[in-house]
This record gives sequence, C-alpha cells and structure tokens, in this order.
Amino acid sequence: MNEEIIASYLAAAIRLSVPLLLAGIGILFMSRSGILNIGMEGMVLIGALSGVLGAHYSGGAGAGLLFSMAVGGCIGLLFGFLVITTGADQVVIGTALNLLGLGITTVFGRSLLGMGQEAVKVDAIPIVGIPVLRDIPFVGEALFHQNLLAYAAYLLVPVVSFLFYKTQWGLQVRAVGEHPLAADTLGVRVHRIRYLCCMIGGMLAGVAGCSISLGILNQFTENMSAGRGFIALSAVIFGKWTPSGTMAAALLFGGADALQLRFRSFGIQIPYQFMLMFPYLLTMVTLAWFSGRNRQPAATAAPYKSLANRNT
Amino acid sequence: MEPILEIRDLVKRFGGFTAIDRLSLTIRKGEIHAILGENGAGKSTLMNMLSGMLSPDEGEIRLRGEPVKFTAPGQAVSKGIGMVHQHFMLIPALTVAENVLLGMKQDRSPLFRFKKACADIRKISDAFGLDVQPERIVGELSVGQKQRVEIVKTLYRGAEFIILDEPTAVLTPAEVEDLFRVLRTLKAQGKTIIFISHKLQEVQKICDRVTVLRLGKLIGTMEMGETNPAELARMMVGREVAAPVRKSTSQGKATRLEVREVSVTENGAVRLQDVSLQIREGEILGIAGVDGNGQRELSEVLFGLRAKQSGTVLLEGKELAKPHPRKMTDLGIAYIPEDRHKEGLMLPMSIAENLISKQYRESKFSLAGIMHWRRIRSNAEELIRQFSIRATGPNHPVGQLSGGNQQKVILARELMLNPKVMVAMQPTRGMDVGAAEYVHERILQAREQGCAILLISTELEEIMALSDRISVLYKGRIVGTVDREAADLDQIGLLMAGITSSSSVAI
Repeated sequence: MNEEIIASYLAAAIRLSVPLLLAGIGILFMSRSGILNIGMEGMVLIGALSGVLGAHYSGGAGAGLLFSMAVGGCIGLLFGFLVITTGADQVVIGTALNLLGLGITTVFGRSLLGMGQEAVKVDAIPIVGIPVLRDIPFVGEALFHQNLLAYAAYLLVPVVSFLFYKTQWGLQVRAVGEHPLAADTLGVRVHRIRYLCCMIGGMLAGVAGCSISLGILNQFTENMSAGRGFIALSAVIFGKWTPSGTMAAALLFGGADALQLRFRSFGIQIPYQFMLMFPYLLTMVTLAWFSGRNRQPAATAAPYKSLANRNT
Repeated sequence: MEPILEIRDLVKRFGGFTAIDRLSLTIRKGEIHAILGENGAGKSTLMNMLSGMLSPDEGEIRLRGEPVKFTAPGQAVSKGIGMVHQHFMLIPALTVAENVLLGMKQDRSPLFRFKKACADIRKISDAFGLDVQPERIVGELSVGQKQRVEIVKTLYRGAEFIILDEPTAVLTPAEVEDLFRVLRTLKAQGKTIIFISHKLQEVQKICDRVTVLRLGKLIGTMEMGETNPAELARMMVGREVAAPVRKSTSQGKATRLEVREVSVTENGAVRLQDVSLQIREGEILGIAGVDGNGQRELSEVLFGLRAKQSGTVLLEGKELAKPHPRKMTDLGIAYIPEDRHKEGLMLPMSIAENLISKQYRESKFSLAGIMHWRRIRSNAEELIRQFSIRATGPNHPVGQLSGGNQQKVILARELMLNPKVMVAMQPTRGMDVGAAEYVHERILQAREQGCAILLISTELEEIMALSDRISVLYKGRIVGTVDREAADLDQIGLLMAGITSSSSVAI
C-alpha cells in the first residue's frame, strides 16, 4: 500500500468518526447524569435535517448549525420533560424518539427539500487545512485537513474531561448519575442538572447530525444517520463512560466504517452487503465482549423523585 | 443548659394518615439525645423534617431561638444541621473526598480541587479521631468506615447538630464501640447529637436524655438516669413487654437433626469447616457469632440451597442425600431466610399467593395444575387472623406491608407446614420490640410442639433469651457450645471474637 491510500484511509476514518464522537459526547452528558438515551439515532436524524433546512433557508452552513443546535436542544428538553418530570420509561421514550425522528425527517425532508437527484444541496461546513502541518506524511491530511466540526469535536474531548473531573458541576453530574438521593440530601438540584444534561445532549445530537448532512454529504437523505446514533451509544459503553474512551471507540468504529468503504473500492469479490455489515458487526462484538465488564452509572434509567414529592 | 432546638406542635400528614401528631420537643446544646420508638412511630418522618427532606404541615421548628422553615435539604445543612442516614447517602463509585465535597463550594471558583479537599478532610478527621482516608473509593470501605465518612460530611459542612438515624443497625459490636467513642469526642467538642434507635441497651449506654415516640405522638422525655429499660420498653410498645417463657424441657428427647463434619468452600475459601451439631425434638440451638462467619452458608446447606464439600446431614437418623429445597420442604424443614425482601417473599404478589408458595402443588390448593383460589383465599384469611397480620385482606401485596407483618407472613407460611425442623436466620432483623416479641413467641410455640429449631442470630440478647443451647460460630468453625444455664455473656463474647482459652495461650 502506498502513502496516498493510507493517508486517504486515515482521513476518511477521522471524518467518519466525527458524528460518532459528537453524538457519543452528547450521550455521555446524559448518561453520566443517569439518563439512558437510546433515542440518539432519532435526535441525530432530526439534527441532520434541521441543519440542511437552516442552511437552505438562511443560505449558510453556520446558520444551519445554529438552527440544528436549537432544535436539538428543544428535543433534548422534551425528552428530559418526559423522562425526568413525568418519570416515563426511558427505553420506551427513546424508542419513540427514534421512530419519531425517522418519520418526521422523511416527511419534512421530502416536502421541503425534494427527493433523489432533485434534492436541495447546500453549502458544506468548510474544510480548513492547517499549513505546514497538513503536509506531514501519512497523518497530515487526516489530522490537519478536516472540516471545522471535526476540529471542534476532538477539542471537545479534553474540555468535557475537564468539566467532568475538575469542576464542581462535573462532580455534581457524576453524583446525580450514581445516587441522586444522596446528591439531593446535599443540596444538589438533581432535576436541574439532568435537564441541563439533556439539553446539552440534544444540542450535541444536532451538531452530530450536521456533521453528517453538512459535513459529509451536504444534503439530506432519508435515514442518513444509518444507525450512527446507536453506534455512538456503543462507543460510550465501550469507552467506559469517559470522554477519552468514547473518543477511542468512535475512532475505532469510524475506522471500521472507512475500511468498509475501502473494501469496495479495492474490488474484493465479496457482496458489498457483507462489507456494509462490518462496522455493525464490530460494534456488536465489542459490546458483547466489553459490556459485561463495565460499570455504568448506577442510577441509569431510574427516574428520581424527591422524598417530599414521593409521599404526597 | 440552653436549648438549641425547639419543636412546637409539629404535625405532618400523608394523605389521611397523620405521621406526626402535635409533637413538642426540646433539645439542649451539647447533649446526646435519644429518640426511641418502634417502626412507624414517626422517628424518620420527624428527622426528615429536621433535615429539610420534608416540610411540616403545622407547627414550628426553632433553631437557637429563631423559627426556621426548610423546604430543601440544603437549607438545613446551611443552618448547621447534619444528618447521617441509616441507609448511607454515599456514592460508592466516587472517592471519599468527592463524596464529602459534593454540593459544596470550596471557594469562589467553580473548580474542584482534589488535593485541597483531601487536606481539609484530613484535618477534620484528625480533630475528631475519625481515621478517614479521603483518597479512597467509598465502595471499598467497610460499613463502619462509611459511617465515619458520613459524619465527616456533616462536620465539613459546619454541623453543630448531628442526627444519626439507627446508626448501630449495620455495625458489628466492635464498630459500635468505636462509634460511641467518636460520639463522645463530638460531644466533648460541643456538638449536639440526636441518636435515633430502637435498641434500649445502646441508648442507655450513650445518651443523656431520651424521648419516646409512639404512633406519631410524644410519650415522654426524661433524663437517662431516671429511667430503666423496662420502663422505656413499656413506653415504646404501650404495654408490658414480658420476657419469653419456655415451659417444657427437651432433656432426654430424640435427636431430630444431626450435622456431621460438614465443610463448605467457595472459590477456594473455607466457609464452613467440620461443623457438627445436633438438635433434639423441642430444642432451640442458638448459633451466635459476628455476621459473615459462616452463618449464611450453614443455613443454606441445611435447606439444600448450597452444596457441601464433605460431611453428612441426618434427619431423624436418615441421611439427606442430594439435598434440594423442595425436597427439604417435603421432608418438613422450614426455612426463614436472612433477607425477607430478596429471598423470603415475592413482594409484588399478594399475601394469599405468598402463603401457598411452598404448598401450591398440594391437592389442598390445586388440582392437576389448576389453582383452587377459593381455598387459597380462605386459607389466607384464616392465617391473617391467626397471626394478626395487619392488611386489608388476602389480596394485599406483601411489598406494601410493614417489616413486622412481612415476617409474620413468612412465619405463617413456614409454620403451616408443621415442620419437624426450622432453620431461622436472623428472624427479627430490623424489627421493633413489639414485632420481635411476637416472632419470639411463635418460635417458642413451635418449640413446644416439638419442632427442632436452629436459631441463627447476630443479636446475642436474642440468642440468650430463646436458646436451650448455644454454639458459637467463628470463621466457619464451631468454637464452643454451652448450655443456656451455664452460658456466660463475657465468655460467649470472647468466643465470638475467636478467643478460645487454648488460642489465647497460643497468642
């Protein structure tokens, strides 16, 4: 293999890991505060559509991104209202959100943006190359010639780590995810923290959606997230609920996705459907292998009601 | 002494139920004040109001003369009230320092400074002799250590007033002594302590004054020196509490159950080693010992829940080969498990269903696999009456009953088998005086009817009150057996700590 192939593979791996990483960090916020979000897939789809809509009607990718974050934040708060305030089952609401996301984006995508070849195309998020560094052999293209969201996503990892482990707010989030009653007795506002985490999670879902629709394809197609919301959830589990672990897992799964695309261009004589399965198979295998050994936040998926609300 | 806390005409209702009924109480600065009462007397409700978890419907709470109204837990904390809950409010996945600092601001910055937190905690820990290591993960600590972390948590928040809810319920005797030492230190440094309990001996040992609650009402407050356990028990229960009486003797009767050199290992660790014992018809053999010395394994082997590596168990002289719980039940072995929630009952199911859970196959209750609900219901009605189980009826879910009534359901189910042998593991754990008394009566009644009973308990008083003979289990071995008449509390206490006369020489 020559340098060009390797460099382009690495670049694709990183590019494809970005949606997983963004969605994964979104899930991470929610699950560290004790909320199981299996509805990420639907959220990402809605984010992808909102990004294109925003970009189409305002004429810029930046506006699309902001619109998508706003919509994502609202979806996150809706999810929060259902699972925090009403205490509905998080698996049921998450499933509903996936169905809603697929349905609503299909309907509005077709009616507002058209279908197939006629589908509206919008400006993509600009790709920025960093001079000199991008000329490093093999890794230069991959690391220093990406779109702005990719840089942002990877910068988010140390920022979120700092937030979780070095600030008092991060300590509160982790405590709420482990033992909300204990946190409550110490004056931590459990519901407020969970709402905030849901909102952040929703906003990041919006960004993750944009990283697919505005970052990779610059248009919206039906079900374009193709299970990445679920893979992001696996990345969080595989990454042991830490930002850096999630990043490593996102890279692994992104790398698998890129490899699957390469296989096809190498012309290996296997039906391409089997190639398509590869990233999903890898996800299943790693989950089966690792999920039993990890400890998720203890209060995952358990709604919390304060003592005063419980009795009356 | 000046009052630090005054409660006047406090009322708390939950729907139509009045949990606290016009309660007035004064706590003096620098005292250790006991709140005594049975389960459901309103102790926890009262404490939840003092710590801001609940707010009162009527009445007022005055702290240092100022009326206070708490609507959230944080507010009580900021007024210097600290609460140590019975079920610790600690997060096992986090470090001690993180647990202590949670919800606090170290200074103006939003950062969490781990090293500074550790240093601050060390300072407090040293000042009060608490021996807390701030860097450790809470999940790895022992129960006693966790409790000290809870105390540090209140002190770090500047608590002048510390409420301990049933603090000794989860501790070993040595840890209780340690806790009392800490409490005396706290008192010496001017802290005020409320000690909630239903254990009279402990209250008498550590407290200056005592307040007794019953059914949400104040029964009385008095100086510890002016009262005695019998009077306190009467006040708690509302009637005279009699020591259990035994009539017959089991001398000379036939051996019912014999255990010969039973050994159990688990993952290479020895749990039971060459345990031998015999129980006669109509005899209670008490097994004393600190929790975790093989009691659970012994009871599980006898009921066929656990395999033994060697040894034999004989029922009326016949060896029990291939033991299995159903077979044991059919042979007449009753079993009262240690944890009635996890093992003893199916909590969401009704009383009637739980009562037949060992006999549903019998023709009395089902025919060819079809349940005979009318008989099941009338059976439940009869047992509810016999055992005076407080419930709305046979369909009442067991999970909604109080702990005492749940235990009555288990007792009714087991005694309905007319057992030859009963293995009772911690039969009164977590129960109040009145309910425990009832369970003791029933156990003695079974003894009168000739049942051979193995009573396993970590409460030495319970063992001493009921047993005909007492064996002490230590690290999986029986280190001594004495007759009840010859039993000496100090000697048994030493055996429980593993000190036999021969080994003390060796040390």
